[in-house]
Amino acid sequence: MLTLYGKSFASRLLLGTAQYPSPSSLKQAIEAAGAEIVTVSLRRESSRARTGQGFWALIEQMGCHVLPNTAGCRTAKEAIATAKMARELFGTNWVKLEVIANDDTLQPDLFGLVEAAAALSGEGFEVLPYTTEDLSAAERLVAAGCAVLMPWAAPIGSARGLINKEALKTLRAYFPDIPLIVDAGLGAPSHAAEVMEMGYDGVLLNTAVAKAGDPVKMAAAFAKAIAAGRLAFEAGLIEPRDMAQPSTPVAGTPFFKIDQAS
Amino acid sequence: MKILLNGEAFATDAKTLDELCAWLGFAEAKVATAVNGSFVSAPSRGTTKLAEADEIEIVAPRQGG
Repeated sequence: MLTLYGKSFASRLLLGTAQYPSPSSLKQAIEAAGAEIVTVSLRRESSRARTGQGFWALIEQMGCHVLPNTAGCRTAKEAIATAKMARELFGTNWVKLEVIANDDTLQPDLFGLVEAAAALSGEGFEVLPYTTEDLSAAERLVAAGCAVLMPWAAPIGSARGLINKEALKTLRAYFPDIPLIVDAGLGAPSHAAEVMEMGYDGVLLNTAVAKAGDPVKMAAAFAKAIAAGRLAFEAGLIEPRDMAQPSTPVAGTPFFKIDQAS
Repeated sequence: MKILLNGEAFATDAKTLDELCAWLGFAEAKVATAVNGSFVSAPSRGTTKLAEADEIEIVAPRQGG
């Protein structure tokens, strides 16, 4: 089970709700993924279009646990105000905290992130910070009250997979008891399996599913990869080695003579 | 009075944030609000007076990653 802030989930796949070709493909993708947690956001509401009202009806119908984000916020102040609006709208203390530093990389502003995380934790929020693989930032976030960390694998939407695998391994080793979820940058189910094989607790996906040729099928593919990766981690992977080691027993090999052995 | 509503110039006679929301048809809608960068809770909208050049945000749930 994946346990985040005292709530337990059978699925380790958290799914974003943006960029799907239609509301029905979003609904089917959530079902195919078996996702129990979905991310949502807040945007300006027009009195004419009232877009948000229809979207909310769809999400309520799905019965998922909602994780609101602060996507697009550039300062701690903006992120804090957005988190408070989200808490009132969605009725949850959970927030996927994003403070963005740079438009090209969508890299988290780690200084603003720590500042906002501390302020929000102090006001009763349960913060799931979108961060980098940086260990010192992770330590600051935990000290600020975060009981979950969500490092990126690669820039949002880039589909590049784990570009700094060693640092992600270090985070896992340093925080054995903090749930770690890779959020952003994955493109293929094999990337997700790799994350789970490293002992990460979950994966948060959006673009890789929503922009796939068939989002529903891709949601199912990721769900299988995540389950397989987790199972492999629990089973215990063997260590890689430099040289070959025969898998078939050497003893009793036909035609074997002692002087062939070196 | 001229205010900035969701980033656009807007003229209104509403005296409070609550009146503005009602005028826009948001009285029963699922929206959240902020004034000049700070969150204003739904129960506080009635006592939140609007002033010239106030920057108002009215947001609703939307797709997100």
